[in-house]
This record gives sequence, C-alpha cells and structure tokens, in this order.
Amino acid sequence: MASVPQQIISPAVTVGADELSALHSTVVGFDRDQLIWSSGYLAGLAGSQAQAVASPSNAPAIVSAPSDDSWTIFYATETGNSRDIAENLAAESKAAGIAVEVQDLRDYRPKALTKINKALFVVATHGIGEPPEGTESFFDFWFSKRAPRLESLEYSILALGDSSYVDFCEIGRSFDERLKNLGANPVVVRSDCDLDFAEPVARWSKEVVQFAGKQNPASAAGGAARPLQLKAVRNAPLLISKESPYLAEIVTRQRITGARSSKNVQHVELDIEDSGLSFLPGDSLGVLPSNPPQLIEAILGKLNFAGDEPVSVAGESLTLREALLRRKEITQLSKPILDVFAEAHPRLQNVLRDRASFSELLETKQLIDLIFEYPKSWDPQEFVDALRNLTPRSYSIASSIDAIADEVHLTVAVVNYEAYARHHWGAASNFLLGETERAPVHVVANEQFRLPENTSAPIIMVGAGTGVAPYRAFLQYRQAHAHSGDNWLVFGDRTGHDDFLYQMEWLRYRKDGLLTKLDLAFSRDQEEKVYVQSRLLDNAKEVYDWLERGAFFYVCGDAKHMAADVHQALFEVVRDQGAMSPDSANDYLAKLRSAGRYQKDVY
Amino acid sequence: MNEQTELTPVEGIKQRSDFLRGTIVESLADNATGTLADDDTQLSKFHGFYQQDDRDQRAERARRKLEPDHSFMIRVRVPGGIATAAQWLAMDSIASTYANNTLRLTTRQAFQFHGVIKRELKTTISGINESLLDTIAACGDVNRNVMCTPLTEKSAIHQAAYLAANTISEHLTPNTSAYHEIWLDKKRVADSRDDEPIYGPTYLPRKFKIGIAIPPSNDVDIFSQDLSFIAIEKDGDLLGFNVAVGGGMGMTHGEPETYPRVADVIGFCETKYVAEVAEKVVKIQRDHGDRTNRKHARLKYTIDDRGLDWFQSTLQEQLSFELIPAKPYQFLFRGDEFGWQEDQHGDWHLTLFVPEGRVQDLGRHRMLSAFRQIARVHTGTFRLTSNQNVIISGIASTQKQLINRLLEYYGVTALQAVSPLRQHALACVALPTCGLAMAEAERYLPELANNIDELLIRNGIENEPLSLRITGCPNGCARPYLAEIALVGKAPGRYSLFLGGDGVGKRLNRMTHENVDEGEILSILSQWFEKFAKERIENESFGDFVHRHELRLTEVQ
Repeated sequence: MASVPQQIISPAVTVGADELSALHSTVVGFDRDQLIWSSGYLAGLAGSQAQAVASPSNAPAIVSAPSDDSWTIFYATETGNSRDIAENLAAESKAAGIAVEVQDLRDYRPKALTKINKALFVVATHGIGEPPEGTESFFDFWFSKRAPRLESLEYSILALGDSSYVDFCEIGRSFDERLKNLGANPVVVRSDCDLDFAEPVARWSKEVVQFAGKQNPASAAGGAARPLQLKAVRNAPLLISKESPYLAEIVTRQRITGARSSKNVQHVELDIEDSGLSFLPGDSLGVLPSNPPQLIEAILGKLNFAGDEPVSVAGESLTLREALLRRKEITQLSKPILDVFAEAHPRLQNVLRDRASFSELLETKQLIDLIFEYPKSWDPQEFVDALRNLTPRSYSIASSIDAIADEVHLTVAVVNYEAYARHHWGAASNFLLGETERAPVHVVANEQFRLPENTSAPIIMVGAGTGVAPYRAFLQYRQAHAHSGDNWLVFGDRTGHDDFLYQMEWLRYRKDGLLTKLDLAFSRDQEEKVYVQSRLLDNAKEVYDWLERGAFFYVCGDAKHMAADVHQALFEVVRDQGAMSPDSANDYLAKLRSAGRYQKDVY
Repeated sequence: MNEQTELTPVEGIKQRSDFLRGTIVESLADNATGTLADDDTQLSKFHGFYQQDDRDQRAERARRKLEPDHSFMIRVRVPGGIATAAQWLAMDSIASTYANNTLRLTTRQAFQFHGVIKRELKTTISGINESLLDTIAACGDVNRNVMCTPLTEKSAIHQAAYLAANTISEHLTPNTSAYHEIWLDKKRVADSRDDEPIYGPTYLPRKFKIGIAIPPSNDVDIFSQDLSFIAIEKDGDLLGFNVAVGGGMGMTHGEPETYPRVADVIGFCETKYVAEVAEKVVKIQRDHGDRTNRKHARLKYTIDDRGLDWFQSTLQEQLSFELIPAKPYQFLFRGDEFGWQEDQHGDWHLTLFVPEGRVQDLGRHRMLSAFRQIARVHTGTFRLTSNQNVIISGIASTQKQLINRLLEYYGVTALQAVSPLRQHALACVALPTCGLAMAEAERYLPELANNIDELLIRNGIENEPLSLRITGCPNGCARPYLAEIALVGKAPGRYSLFLGGDGVGKRLNRMTHENVDEGEILSILSQWFEKFAKERIENESFGDFVHRHELRLTEVQ
C-alpha cells in the first residue's frame, strides 16, 4: 500500500493528517480487492449520509456530496462491445434499484461532463492507441489545456483493448490518468480488459454496482447487489452470440486473386439458412477458429510435450492438444505471455521496455517464434495458463442478406508464410480454408459503418485490399433496395491484373450504372507508387463536389497507413477545393464526422 | 443466304469513329479493365492490333471473379517482308520487353507480337514507329500488308517487283491522322478535317489483301489474294504484271454460301500502272462490296454476285489505260528454298526454317537469341517469307562462318533438321490467344507432322514436298484451302479434313471429311498414302493424285 498522504485539500473539504492516519490504520492488512471494496463502501456511506465522509483510502481525493444520485454510463465503442457492456450494466444497475442513464460518447457534448457527478466509462481502444470512431472530439477536449477541473466527479473506467497491441487499453488508461489530474475521484479501480473480457467485465460491473448500491439508500438497505450476469441485451431475441455462435456450413472457398498475385485472398461463402442470423451492410462476422493443427504439433514438438497431458481450462479438464486447438490463442502475441517469457530472459525484458522494439516484436513475431527464440521449460498447465483465451476474429461481411439470402460472404486474406525459417499461420484464415466443414460464427454489429438512411445520398467508398469487402455488401444492398444515390468506389491494391478483388462484379455494376464512378490505384502497375489517396487528390474537385452535395465518405482497410493517408488527402481536398484555412478544413471534416458522413472501418 | 438489308454494326462504328478515333484514348486510360470499349475493339484493328485473351485461363479467371486475361496482338506492317538488322533488334527488344518473349512471323510476311497489355500498348506502338516500321492498316477493313517475294537480289525483276509492292502499300495507306495523334502524340491541327480520298469515311466492307509473285515461284499464294500481280519477264527485264482478282480463303462451317475462291487472271498492265489498278479495284470494292453481311463482304463475293464480266468492264471504265490480255506464265513451286544462296553480286542469303513461324528461345533451341546476336553483327537485312520463315540476307562471304557458328551455338542449326513435310507446313496461331480458334493449330502442328511423317515413312514417300496446313478455324489465315492436306478446326481435337489441292496453289482442295479426330485423320491419310505410293503416275503430286481419284472418295472411306 502507498504511503499515507499528510493532508488532502480539495475545494469542498479538508481532511486532516489525523483523520487520514486513522483511516489508514483501519485498512492496514486489507488486500487489493478489500481496499477496492472499502472504497465503494465508504463512498456508499457518503451517499447515504449525504454528508462528507472519509474518502477511499488509496484514492487521492475527497468527495463532496453529489447533487444528483443518478449515474451516467458512458461508452465509446468501435465494434459494439463497449455499448453491449454499458447496456448490460445499466440493466443490472436498474435491477438493483440504481438510477442510471446510458450515453454514447459520440453524441455527448464534451463540456457537459462538468454538470454531472457520477460517471462510469466503458472505453475501447481502437487500432494503435486510438479512440473509437466518432469519439475523438470528446477525448481531444478533455486532453486539451482548455479542459476544466472535475473535482466533483466520481467515476470508474472499464477499458477494453487488445494486448497484442503495444498501446493496450491506451485510451481508458490515459483518460483515467487525466481525470485524476483534473481532480476527479476514481471510486472503483480501473479494469483493463483483453479480448476475452467476459470475466473481468463481470468483476468490475459487480464492484461498480455494489458501490453504487451502497451509495444509494434504496438499494443499500437491500444489501449487496445481485451478481451481474453478462448477457447480450441487444441481441436478446437471438440465441446466437459470441458466447453461443452458430455453426455455419462453409459452402464456397474460392481464391479471387490471380495466378501471378503475391497474395492469396479467398472468397468464402457460409450457409446461414435457418440460423436466424441477420446483419446489415457494414456489420462484421465473428469467426471462432480452431488453431492450425500443424502449428500445434510444431509447438508440442519444440516443448517436448506429447499433447495428451491433462490440463484445466476454466475448470474444464482437457488434453493439452485440445486446449491448444480450441481454447487458447497460439498465433498472436500479447503482453501477458511476453511477460512470462521475459521472466527467464532479461534480453526480452529489454525488448519489451523499449516501445519501438516491443511494437515491432508484436507486429513481426508469433508465439512459435518466441518458443524457439526464448527457450524456457514449461509445465503443461503453466503454459496453458500463460496463454490468452482464443477469441473470435472479425471479418467485414462482403454480402447483403437482402441480395443474397441465407448466405454470408467473407473476403479472407490468407496468412500463411515462412519467416525466421519457420512456418507461420493465421488462425482464422487457415481455419476457414482448412478441412473444417463448419465454422462457429456470430454477427458483430457495426453502427459506425452504415449506409445513409437517405436513399438518394451519394456515397464515396475508399478501400484497399480486403477493405473492399463491405462495399460489395453496400452495393448489393443499394441495388436490392433500389437506392438512387450515386456510388463511387476508390479501390487500391498491388496489380490490376491479379489483385483487383471482385473485378467482374465492379465492372458489371459500372456498366449497369449502379457504380457511378470507379477509380483504381494499383501500386505496382507503374513506376511511381500510386495509392487510393492519390486518386482522391487526382479527383479533388469531384470529391469536394460530392461532399458538398451530401455525400457520405467511407474508409475501410489498413488502419496504420491507409486511414491516415486518406484522411490527410481528404483534408487537402477540402482545404484546397473549398479555399479554406487548415482550421476550417478540420472543422469541415469534424462536422462530417459528427453528422455520420465520414465513417471508418479500419483495422 | 439470309436477306440482310441493314448495314452491319461495324459499319456504324466506322461511321461514328471520326476517321478511326472512336474512344480509343479513353479506353486506354481506363485502368479498371484490360479491355477496350466494345466499339474500340473494332477500330483498334485499323491501328494494327486485336484484343485477345488467354483462353487457357478463361474459366479459372471467371471463377476468381476476374476478367479474362486480356492482352493484345500487334501486327507490324513490313511491306515485302524486308526489315533491317536494326529493325530486327527493335522488334526483338519489344518482344522481350512488352510481349511474351516471342516474335511471330505471319503468313503475310509481318511481325506479330502477342501478350502486350493495354497500359503498354502506346509505348509498344510508338516503339515500333521509332524503328520506322508501323502498324497502321496491318489489320482492319483496309488494304493489309502487301506481300512480295522478299529475295530481291535474285534478279532485277525481283527488285522491281519489290518496289511495286512498296508503291502500292504507300498508295493505299489510310490518310487519317488519328493514328499519329493517338500513338505518336501528334496534335490534331485545329479545324482540320480528315479525308480518305481512296477509302472514304467507312473504309472497305472487309479486309483486302494484295500480293505480288514472280514465277516460277508462287510463294505468296497469289490465288488466295483479293488482288494480285504476277510479274511477267522478257529477256531479264520486267515487262509488267498480269492482274488477278477475287481470291480469298475465308469461309464458315455449315454455311455453304461462304466459300474459298481462287483468283481470276483478268489481264495485263505495265509496271507504272500497278498503283492505279490497285486504287481502282479497291474503289470498286468500296462502292459495291456488301456492307450488310461481313461473311459476304470480300471482293470474291462482289465478283461472283455480279459476274466477272461486270467487274472487268467496270474496272476498265475507270482505268486511264487499257488492260490487255494476260501474258503466259508458269508457277512450279511455292515453298522456300532453304540454305545458303549466292546472288549475282557475290552476297549470300541464308533461308532458315522457323518452326510454326515462332521465333523464340525454347530449351536449347534459342532462335530469338541467335537472331539477336546475328543482328548485332549483320550489315544486311532480315527477310520474312510468306511461308513464315526467315532469310538472313546480304551476308558478305567473310561473315558466313561467324553466322554459321552463331546458329550452331544457339541450337538453330539443329532445328533445321526436320522433315520436308514439317519444313513446308503452315499453321495459324489459334489457341490460346486467337478469339476465333475452335481447335489447336500452331501448338499442335509439330505432333501432327510427326504422326503424318510416320505414315509417309511407312509408305516410302517421306521426301515428297507435301503441303500440310492447319488452322484453328475456317477463316483461312494459313491459306489451308490451297494445301494438299489441310485440317480446319471445328472443335477441340476435331477438324474438317481437306484434300486435293495442287502443289503450287492454283487449285482448291475439297473437304473430304467433316469433324474428325486425329485417329480418324491418320487412318484416312494412311489409306491414301498407301494407295498413292502404289498407284501414282510418274511425278504426280499427292494433291493431284487425290484430285484424280476424288470421284472414288467414298470407296476409300
């Protein structure tokens, strides 16, 4: 436990050294969970007495009496997970008699946060340490110098992320720091969740509900809140979810890159007849893979395991081979497993300490490389425990159910390569293209990537590589529903001859008039490299004209390079064609975003 | 015949094209497809190239949701088939940079590139023009490459005939500036109007072919040409030319109103009148040819529909001189004379067999490399024969040994040791690139010739100079209907068999069997060869023998 502060001063109340010392002695010996629980308890006392009481022992702030008993649950979501969690939490809170409101951060005026006293944040980190699409202005404001103090705010943060990225849970983490700096009071310690978030989410929600319940006289009398169970509120009518996926039959696997392409991209069709699955253009399909058997054998062989060793995963007894096949992540690396390897290898510790080398490691190496490069003697259970749980991979759906009933189509880049004298596999692509006849799938809704409701609104679709997938769904849908809006596709890949994904379909759409304009950037078809953003600049006047007449602008594909380059190009188009200052151009784009007319699905 | 009174769609495309411009520039700029816009695929032929695709890959590409593997065949006009060593090097460089690493020599003495992709068309065509050859009117409804015996050093007559071929070629070249604007970045002069004094804005109803032969060789197969000239000699000087009209090979399976036809010799003109005769014949075909049916649009049908008398009198009315009766002449052969020949000036000429007309590096036979090395040291020319072979021409006697060594080193000498049948055989390109092909031709000829050679050897007649020609469709690129044995593609692995042409290209063969496979063809030929070996009259050619026995064909089957 941290040392006792000598005195804490806030504008609302002063706690003297004696009081602090007394509080401190009370909680000596408490473990972390007990301390967290206590913080909630004490805060609850404060709520019930409507008077100043001692603050949580390890939180450096004192809470003033809240003027409003209602909690606001904010979410910042890219894939919908944060929203689902927020809505579940709201349902559980209400069941416990706690007044809550759910608020999408995209629709929230940043400064309005100064008007409330109780906030819970469910915040996803997207891509490389970025906030979810549409929430940038909220975070920009609160990280700026203009941000006002938030002394009266009680809050807690649930951060979602992916520990195979270097900036794991970066937005939640840094926002937590920032709120503390602004004087706000973290009433329940932040929880950082990885892809398999069900368990930590349940724990955090329970703590939050307990805390709020104790603060609230109505529910405090009833004792502890009911244990929170995570269930898909939004998908309530459907039985299919991430937790209980549908086993879809794979009916077509067809390579769609030409014989001379350096890339193997496959068009995969799954039969979902009778599943009741429904999806809209823009949605993704979650695919829970089984790991590549050859990779499992390579790992077992290197670690001198037979594979039939009994292990336990979440209380279930399995063989090691089964655990690696269906339950554990064995391709992508993440921070926790790296930390375990690093315990035995100071050299790796150094790699992890340096942000650049850590990031490079995550991008270029897989688990199999670590096993070979950082030898360590493992016991089977220890090995399994160190691995993350296997989680579904998301693919942007490439078909519209209104055009192609009973099927869902995916555009899958096959990850299969030699590096460091070892074979490497992508889990989901090799699963979909392997021997399996069926794949466990569920729909991942993406409200941030939707066709305009106005059927006559023009759209500009910018995509590279497999990023073209959702646009196939867009056009199928717009054709099926006879939308009159103009459609413009800007697609990029390596060569026109072998990498123009779905070429025949786009050409047919162009001939039929559905595709109003088609611009292509094939980077290797000429001396100078040409990318999608070059085509935007080539067509600057038309891009601006389309935007001026209400076009929606979509970007799908690589987050690291393409999305940023496209944004820069769009900025230049608006600045130059609109004869605007840089600030006005940025405002123009911000307004497009807040109007939902600039949407991204990048990964 | 179907009564068609409306003009063919191609006539509309030509009419709208603004003298062959169409939307070719826009088509070239569209990187969404390797094709041209539909109308432009017709116009492109006038500029010298055809849109094609690799038919071997069609089905697989369709499964991959990719358009067919499109590329272009570019034909280079080489009047009389004569190219300098520098031009050969330029063609070689284009073949290896933009095409599929092969140079195809056509049956009309032209170079052909295969596999050029759309975005490299312009560079390729401008590269060809830099070498002072061009592609305009190499295909399309205009006069094509003018053929002529290429070995001009043989005599003064040969030289004069070659000059006549060039004169005709230049006289009939389209006048439009579209070609120069599109491929050579020449600016169109403001307010300028194109004019085609010979062709008019819709050019000809169909292609038009001209050849010049110097007896006793009929190497250019003059009876297959729309218009041809037969050199007439007197005491070592060129007296003038007999004029022949109405030859043509193309036909369509199952449409008896389409047929191959041998040309009629209609008279004699002096050398100075060849361009005038050519222009007037072209203009008659321009005005009277059938523009309502492309399968009935060649000069041969115009003549047959209206009668040869009508044609002769119409032509005479337009000529500034009188066409006098044809002079006697005699054709004795039409194949190439392989090996070294010395001319009257002491220079040497080497005629080399090019398998199926495809100059390429294949295994240890590196003909493309050999000719490249030779072109670097050679001060003479390369000549393309109408039999798809090459003559390295104008070699000083001091260079002979070097050239022999190069040919030996690159494995070309070894290629020359083939049977007489193979040496004289012709094949069109057919699969996989030609869109018209119904069966294999170029790729299948070596195997077919081997099998037929076995039958010939069995009957002891392997040294007969039999003419074997194979095409993938009935349109006649390899002039099959003038061969002693011809296979005309019907479907994969199946051909119609034609027998009984003569050895010099004056008499058409006849279809004896429709739609037969290799086994049947070999069995039919085997019976004929056996009979021929036993019953031939002295010096009788195989074609003449079959012709003589034609009435008894059914018994043979």
